[in-house]
Amino acid sequence: MEKVLTQNINDQREPKWLSDYEAAGGYRALKTVVNDYQPTEVGECVKKAGLRGRGGAGFPTGVKWSFMPRFEDKPDERPAHIYMVVNADEMEPGTFKDRLLMEGDPHQLVEAVAIASYAIGADIAYIFLRGEYTESRWKLEKAIAEAEEAGYLGDHVLDSNFSLTMYVHMSAGRYICGEESALLSALEGRRAVPRHKPPFPAASGLFGQPTTVNNVETVCNVPHIINNGPEWYQSLGLNKDGGTKLYGASGHVANPGLVELPIGTPIRELLDHFGGIRNGRALKALLPGGGSTPILTPDHLDTPMDYEGVGAAGSRLGTGTMVVFDEQTPIVGVLKNLEHFYAQESCGWCTPCRDGLPWVERILTNLEAGQGRPGDIELLDMHTKLLGPGKTFCAHAPGAMGPLESGLKYFRDELSALIPDNGDTLAFHEPANAESHQATTQT
Amino acid sequence: MNTVLSDAEIEEIRHEMALYEDPQAATIEALNVVQNHRGWVSDEALAAAAEVIGVTPTQMEAVATFYNLIFRHPVGRHVIMICDSISCYLTGYEEMRDHLKSSLGIDFGQTTPDNRFTLLPICCLGNCGNGPAMRVGNDYHGNLTPETIDKILADYA
Ligand SMILES: Cc1cc2nc3c(=O)[nH]c(=O)nc-3n(C[C@H](O)[C@H](O)[C@H](O)COP(=O)(O)O)c2cc1C
Ligand code: SF4
Ligand code: FES
Repeated sequence: MEKVLTQNINDQREPKWLSDYEAAGGYRALKTVVNDYQPTEVGECVKKAGLRGRGGAGFPTGVKWSFMPRFEDKPDERPAHIYMVVNADEMEPGTFKDRLLMEGDPHQLVEAVAIASYAIGADIAYIFLRGEYTESRWKLEKAIAEAEEAGYLGDHVLDSNFSLTMYVHMSAGRYICGEESALLSALEGRRAVPRHKPPFPAASGLFGQPTTVNNVETVCNVPHIINNGPEWYQSLGLNKDGGTKLYGASGHVANPGLVELPIGTPIRELLDHFGGIRNGRALKALLPGGGSTPILTPDHLDTPMDYEGVGAAGSRLGTGTMVVFDEQTPIVGVLKNLEHFYAQESCGWCTPCRDGLPWVERILTNLEAGQGRPGDIELLDMHTKLLGPGKTFCAHAPGAMGPLESGLKYFRDELSALIPDNGDTLAFHEPANAESHQATTQT
Repeated sequence: MNTVLSDAEIEEIRHEMALYEDPQAATIEALNVVQNHRGWVSDEALAAAAEVIGVTPTQMEAVATFYNLIFRHPVGRHVIMICDSISCYLTGYEEMRDHLKSSLGIDFGQTTPDNRFTLLPICCLGNCGNGPAMRVGNDYHGNLTPETIDKILADYA
């Protein structure tokens, strides 16, 4: 298979710096775009290619860009700034793909962000980087400096009317910063609390100005779409979705890591790429695309790893980085570990999430310790409803319920078996003699 | 006049402030700057950084307490952050955690008496393919075993 996103990346993650990147065809797409394309034409091309967001939600990228207000014909009304923001927070457990793209080929991202900025009319771009990615930081800053020097960034990019300043913003660690509206709060120097939508960022984003937020991998596709055309990009995918995907596997596979393959490659084939399950064991279950994607089982091995395929199997493609469990893994430990993360990383803004997630974690901890009580499974069921989509301010809590709800669906008996049969009842259960008690008090 | 922060710290914070439409956006980076110079952010340094940015110490504090990587207590020369998220958990996190705790003789959140190491849990480090994983200072270490942990720690004075 033709490698697209990772064509310049070697095992040591030694990037191609400017001259080598140019020699490999780098910045050709940016030149084409600023010389030959109207900004909206770039978006049309990306739309035609069928590129969808790789940050988790899978929204069509060209459509997202088309929501940005246009000022080409009315420059007087143009706001002070229009912003392109790259989501490089990458804190979802099991997700480790954007780091490779930034450390292995920083110029690819810089060029991609410049093209995306041109397409949406942005004059300032921020790469919002998680605090631990110090290597990504220096590499990106070096690439940005080289690109400025060469005239790919700054005033009048390649002598055109397009000007762009690009910065790296270093975060300080909180999963919720990855949620796009919370990210904007964080970028403004506040607590990373999500914002009400609408207004959407395209109408009122960073500092109240029009803003687009895209994932690292999403934008990295753009220069290749420009260079080779939307039809080529479409044809790379195996089904409806276009392009390739940076797939990963971690946990109990023999050779964990990352691989770039056509989008829509079936899970079974992906697992083969990672050497199958380690120590010759059998697969128990997997999370297809990070810690918030509902669990899939060996029954789903023929599922194509694309948006529709994984959706039809009852989960989400998410970030496309699978977490794999072998047959000896107790499901309660997996769920407890995930819910601990979500409880800890809740921003605390809304009550169901702030108080519900620690409760879920406590129930799972008790179950694991053999101290479960009758009613615990039903309590977990209840939380999957009360913290589900639409019940909380943002998608953090519903994301946390993805693995739990599917875990209860596929491994209910295993979880129920953890409750000791010792006759304990929950304190708030109706006493068995409630009726007679009532009768007594009435007389 | 700001006498708590060094000229270098103030200059770095001012540099950050210039990157944004609103200088308040440099709040987090100001805390990062102070921490890079001092290892942690004291009340005094926090108030001084707030003054440079032009926000109240309370606003600064609200931000400082929200983010995982801002230390509001002194830390040792090297901060060990061991990933406790799912892929590392599946590949042996608990054993590595116990080994670190017992060989350093400290619990999470504590610093060794010789001030060499502070031990903290951290969520997914983006090194899931090499779990169990940890960071010591700015260095990534993966595929940990008790033996490799001992070897790695010996390299940090
Ligand atoms: C709690 C939460 C955390 C998220 N974390 C990330 C993240 O770390 N990186 C990312 O690209 N998207 C993350 N997202 C998705 C973003 O909100 C947003 O959909 C994405 O950045 C849009 O980019 P895309 O359209 O290119 O995928 C997160 C969403 C939620 C609800
Ligand atoms: S769902 Fe959780 S993370 Fe999202 S706003 Fe509510 S408390 Fe914050
Ligand atoms: S789960 Fe440990 S580095 Fe990702």
